[in-house]
Amino acid sequence: MTRRKPIATGSDWNFEVLAEFEREIARLADEYRLDTYPNQIEVITTEQMMDAYASVGMPVGYHHWSFGKQFLAVEQAYRRGQMGLAYELVINSDPCIAYLMEENSLMMQVLVMAHACYGHNSFFKGNYLFRTWTDAGSIVDYLVFARKYIAECEERHGVRAVEQLLDACHALQNYGVDRYKRPSPISAAEEARRQKEREEYLQAQVNTLWRTIPGRPSPEALGGGHDEEDPLGLHEGGRYPPEPQENLLYFIEKNAPLLAPWQREVVRIVRKLAQYFYPQRQTQVMNEGWATFWHYTLMNRLYEEGLVDEGLILEFLQSHTAVVNQPDFDSPWYSGINPYALGFAIFSDLRRLCEAPMEEDRHWFPDIAGSDWRETLEFAMKNFKDESFIQQFLSPRVIRDLKLFMVVDDDQEEMLEVSAIHDERGYRRIREALATQYALSVREPNIQVHSADIRGDRSLTLRHIQDSRRPLARSVYPVIRHLHQLWGFPVHLESLEGEEVVRRYRWPLPEEAERA
Amino acid sequence: MTYFIDRRPNAKHKSAVNRQRFLDRYRTHIKRSVEEAVNRRSITDMERGEKVSIPTRDISEPVFQHGTGGRRTIIAPGNKEFVEGDRLRRPGGSGGGGAGEGSASDQGEGMDEFAFTLSREEFLDFVFDGLELPHLERKALVDLDEVRPVRAGLSKEGVPARINIVRSMREAHARRIAMRAPIRRALREAREALEVEENKDPVLRNPARIDELRAEIERLERRLEAVPFIDTFDLRYNNLVNQPQPSSKAVMFCIMDVSGSMTQAHKDIGKRFFLLLYLFLERSYEKVELVFVRHHTAAKEVDEEEFFYSRETGGTIVSSALTLVDEIIADRYPPGQWNLYVAQASDGDNWDDDSVTCRDLLIRKLMPRLQYFTYVEITPHAHQALWEEYESVAAEFPARFAMRQIVEAGDIYPVFRELFKRRIAG
Repeated sequence: MTRRKPIATGSDWNFEVLAEFEREIARLADEYRLDTYPNQIEVITTEQMMDAYASVGMPVGYHHWSFGKQFLAVEQAYRRGQMGLAYELVINSDPCIAYLMEENSLMMQVLVMAHACYGHNSFFKGNYLFRTWTDAGSIVDYLVFARKYIAECEERHGVRAVEQLLDACHALQNYGVDRYKRPSPISAAEEARRQKEREEYLQAQVNTLWRTIPGRPSPEALGGGHDEEDPLGLHEGGRYPPEPQENLLYFIEKNAPLLAPWQREVVRIVRKLAQYFYPQRQTQVMNEGWATFWHYTLMNRLYEEGLVDEGLILEFLQSHTAVVNQPDFDSPWYSGINPYALGFAIFSDLRRLCEAPMEEDRHWFPDIAGSDWRETLEFAMKNFKDESFIQQFLSPRVIRDLKLFMVVDDDQEEMLEVSAIHDERGYRRIREALATQYALSVREPNIQVHSADIRGDRSLTLRHIQDSRRPLARSVYPVIRHLHQLWGFPVHLESLEGEEVVRRYRWPLPEEAERA
Repeated sequence: MTYFIDRRPNAKHKSAVNRQRFLDRYRTHIKRSVEEAVNRRSITDMERGEKVSIPTRDISEPVFQHGTGGRRTIIAPGNKEFVEGDRLRRPGGSGGGGAGEGSASDQGEGMDEFAFTLSREEFLDFVFDGLELPHLERKALVDLDEVRPVRAGLSKEGVPARINIVRSMREAHARRIAMRAPIRRALREAREALEVEENKDPVLRNPARIDELRAEIERLERRLEAVPFIDTFDLRYNNLVNQPQPSSKAVMFCIMDVSGSMTQAHKDIGKRFFLLLYLFLERSYEKVELVFVRHHTAAKEVDEEEFFYSRETGGTIVSSALTLVDEIIADRYPPGQWNLYVAQASDGDNWDDDSVTCRDLLIRKLMPRLQYFTYVEITPHAHQALWEEYESVAAEFPARFAMRQIVEAGDIYPVFRELFKRRIAG
């Protein structure tokens, strides 16, 4: 390969140089058949980056104190030098918006372009979760709508009222997602569906109204009296909702008796945004691993072709090494598994076992060992989330390299037990346990709407299905208080171990209820 | 397809609203920090923001989370010596080994305090929160001895350095048009006449007339050229006039009784009061100097640290301080150039015969020269002789002498506001 002249040297950059690098990266990405949204690269200042960071990467966000808190925290950490500012920030939208920070060196700008504009971007476009759950084309419009709507609500109903409502919604936003059910696509049919929803809402209001008036007891109920507890048959017709509901915010939006229409719309906005971020929470390892893998590959190609000089590639390698560094569990810097490191290791090893499979790989991955690496990686990127990705592709080699081991912490045992290490007997169990560790359903308590007492005191009952006897943290009280605020009537939460209720929480607290 | 957009010129402070929301929400916490800061800081040291801490639990955003307990499986990297089946002590138990603390980390317990920094403006907002800072009109500041040159249009006389080129050229242009117009008109007429004459039949031509016209044209052309491009008459100068200006310098005398009866609590209240007055003056004047005078039986000029924190005992002679202030004024702050303010804090004790002296001193010597005199008496008890004598001073100078009683720290802001409200009315 003929080596060309470096596009630029040193650490200063300008727009021409960036554009030229971008063209070269685009050419290489195209060679690797990376499919991306168009890129919109925005050069911003440090302060703007902190702004963007504080609004969790939303290019336009509604106003809320928690974003202000976030901003202050970021600013403080940055000032103290505890934190290098956002290495990169990229927004899942079409066109894909990526931010370059003014004061970064040339190497950083090139790195971020490769990482964000081609790595993350292609992930957003390819991965099935993003394809099903988010609509990159309309998100910015929706954010603009949300911001405007909430600003209007603030004008009409007061900042305080809106803030309290948002506080309550934010507390529940992780439960504003349909986990197990695919959402209906947000599309051009949006408007029509909106209309329909409004009708449904009106209808629901009417229904609720009627439901609150006890129905005339049916003759059989009167005559038969087969239920001692409910001789008039007021509770017949079964539980409501008939099936447990996992999407708490959706349930609130559609069923909370006392919410005003604008409040329902705000609940909906928070829910929609939670939905938008849901895939990101589920693909952290894959997403970062994929982007890191590609920036590494692309940067090396640039160097091979002579488009960057030794100085730049060395600076890059240093930065890259820092990003994928995984401190050991006993290191003072350890703070869990580094998603960049894990994801990069898996994707890199996937490429290795396609290109140069060993006996072990043929045994573990008979389908993909020795296959075309580019296709295999594409397949892995498109069709998995962290949980299944690890379950599927974490190879013994990576487990050995990272020296992963498994500890079981059981509060009924006096000691912790090392139940698997990186050996023949341990690979599968480690892989399974690590996959589970990334399952949202395990990371977050499983809480669902069990019933709403629509004929009685209108109380709402939630059920928490305990996972391995793990109880809820103390934050449960403030959260159900928020829930109570939305629902307007007493809220109960039952914690179930197997079939048995082991703990009950309620809001308002009994003594307060008596006083009231 | 890629676009580069330079967003740097765009508005910063996108989060300003959110930041404000946050500050409003935690107003009470922040106020507490600010009040502590006010007590801690030097009164000239209000130019910076303040670090504020709020307990993390007060501002947490709760979500459903797993608590500790139950059975958990943890995968951690960097195994060194463990083999399957090893049993380890729980970390944090007897401090044994430190192994397996991978368990502690995913349950991220953050710092106990959420700390951030208020900007100077935000800080002052909190200091003056609930206080209407009186807007003292400039004309109320009496002495007009200082002048400042200000632009006042144009004049025809001036020094070359102040020539206004544009206006001068415009004048020249207008003058040239005005002076040339009649000449041109005559010239045009002469030319037309000449043309008529030349176009006549040769028999009818009048050569003498033609020569005459030619000479006329030549003369007019010369005159036209002689109109000067620019003339001293055209010159315009930027005019400056001296406008009397309120003095931009102020000096604030802080007088405090440090006799044994003044406790540290009294002094803190006094300090707050001085602080407010200082900040207030600072907004009105470019330069504010502070002079600290403390007294018991004798007065002494001291630095701020000593003023607020050194302890003294003994009796009280207030006039000693007033005399000293008078001397300092005569010595260093000629009233024509300085706006003089005196703030006095005391618990009201004075040696009885001295109060009359104080009154005379004030009425005869000090008050005529002062901009304003404020006296705060920090005491829950009944007034003594000093208060009564001062009341007669207040009667004499109602617009410039103010006195109030402060019982506890909470009274300071209202008292301060009241003092300066009255000033606007008067």
